[in-house]
Amino acid sequence: MMNKLIFGRYIPGDSIIHRLDPRTKLLMSFYFIGIIFLANNWQSYLFLAVFTFIAILLSKINLGFFLRGVRPLLWLIIFTVALQMFFTSGGEVYWQWGIFRLTEFGVINGIFIFCRFVLIIFISTLLTLSTPPLALSDAIEAILRPLKVIKFPVHEISLMLSIALRFVPTLMDETEKIMNAQRARGVDFGEGSIVQKMKAIVPLLIPLFVSSFNRAEDLATAMEARGYQGGDGRTKYRILHWQVKDTLTVIVFVFVTIGLVWLKN
Amino acid sequence: MEPIVELKDLTFRYQPDDEKPALDQVSLTINEGEWVAIIGHNGSGKSTLAKTINGLLLPENGEVRVKGQTLAEENIWAIRRAVGMVFQNPDNQFVGATVEDDIAFGMENQGIPREDMVTRVQEALEQVRMTPFATKEPARLSGGQKQRVAIAGVVALRPDVIILDEATSMLDPEGRFEVIEAVKKIKEKNQLTVISITHDIDEAANANRVLVMKQGRLFKEGTPEEIFSAGPELIELGLDLPFPEKLKLALKAQGLEVPSQYLTEEGMVEWLWTSVLNK
Repeated sequence: MMNKLIFGRYIPGDSIIHRLDPRTKLLMSFYFIGIIFLANNWQSYLFLAVFTFIAILLSKINLGFFLRGVRPLLWLIIFTVALQMFFTSGGEVYWQWGIFRLTEFGVINGIFIFCRFVLIIFISTLLTLSTPPLALSDAIEAILRPLKVIKFPVHEISLMLSIALRFVPTLMDETEKIMNAQRARGVDFGEGSIVQKMKAIVPLLIPLFVSSFNRAEDLATAMEARGYQGGDGRTKYRILHWQVKDTLTVIVFVFVTIGLVWLKN
Repeated sequence: MEPIVELKDLTFRYQPDDEKPALDQVSLTINEGEWVAIIGHNGSGKSTLAKTINGLLLPENGEVRVKGQTLAEENIWAIRRAVGMVFQNPDNQFVGATVEDDIAFGMENQGIPREDMVTRVQEALEQVRMTPFATKEPARLSGGQKQRVAIAGVVALRPDVIILDEATSMLDPEGRFEVIEAVKKIKEKNQLTVISITHDIDEAANANRVLVMKQGRLFKEGTPEEIFSAGPELIELGLDLPFPEKLKLALKAQGLEVPSQYLTEEGMVEWLWTSVLNK
């Protein structure tokens, strides 16, 4: 069940994309998602698509992973594209039935929306596939650090994030164990009507909650015993290095932006 | 030998209206460089005792002195630096996302410069023989390996005392052996004081001194030989017998004369072959 989930998975590798600073990757992914909305014609979309494709090639990650990233969102994409296609008016009318009308603008808009979706999913999948979760949480902390000025609890948030990430596999294992234990006692998961399915979740959820509380208690005690007194006066073991290739990446993005602005109407 | 941990008339209740205190007038002294095992049945107050030593629990009455300092609000963090603790559940005390991060966690808290941390992490990893696992995540380690990392995390902080709070109780025999061996080596190398709270009789047999707790009180105190020669009385205390003692009981049941004093495994072998020769 959990293995199908591509989102948030990391594929170890040693490509140039993998070695980039996670801060660069995180910021540039958000930036890219922002500038996708600037594109408004064939040329500009093609330009961004080519750019994304090059980035994917550079990561040396199998294209199949990206296509699988699209799959869970397929219905959302089809729904949105269909809405755009049938309800946008303007241009030549190809086909009409009641309030549904397939027009020239509608088709164009639908295709653009589709491209937008796919590009956003591809670039965010590229980010998560090429960056270990831990590096991502480091990057988030580094990026949020300026917010300390307005009393935003940066250290606490990043600690919570890294503990949460560290406990994901532990809790997954435990879920599996509780599920099997309950199955052995005759609980049917995923069978019957929706109400029955929901009821079957209860004997899984409650033990999981209780054990999480116990874990939290143990962990807090262990942290305190090891001298954890909050964020002040702490040093950091893992540090991020900004390298030449990160600066280069930013420069590439500047050119992409310039190209995009030039290509759009 | 200098006393390093001194407890005087310690009384502790989890809830103020609890009738029976978890700790009842416990007084004891642990000397520098000693290995002390604290044993007792479930609910005898062993773990509570461990947590009062570094101020994780504050006693209702009595005094805790570590390295001559009386535990109080102001020096609680200094005392926690002197006393390292390894807990029972290997999963729940693993803070870092990888082995090296976890070992570094305590040092980060103390504000140790990064260069020092890197060398100390390496040293600690070597001491518990986990160097090849430095970048592994906890999900990929066995229970014994996780406990060795927890020990490395404590050792890197260079404490004077290590408390093992049932640190081997969730491990298989192999993991248990690995952990005890690691602690033994580290103790010798760094001249540490070890307080191990345990149900495991082999772990207790390694100690210089054994303290037996019963219902929140210090019930008995002595060398492992003295304590283990109590024989069946140990079973009543919720403890197991060491293997030679079990063998002695079985032989006695068969009508053989057995020596009454405690024998180690070697002593047992010695006695067995001499007694056979005598016949």
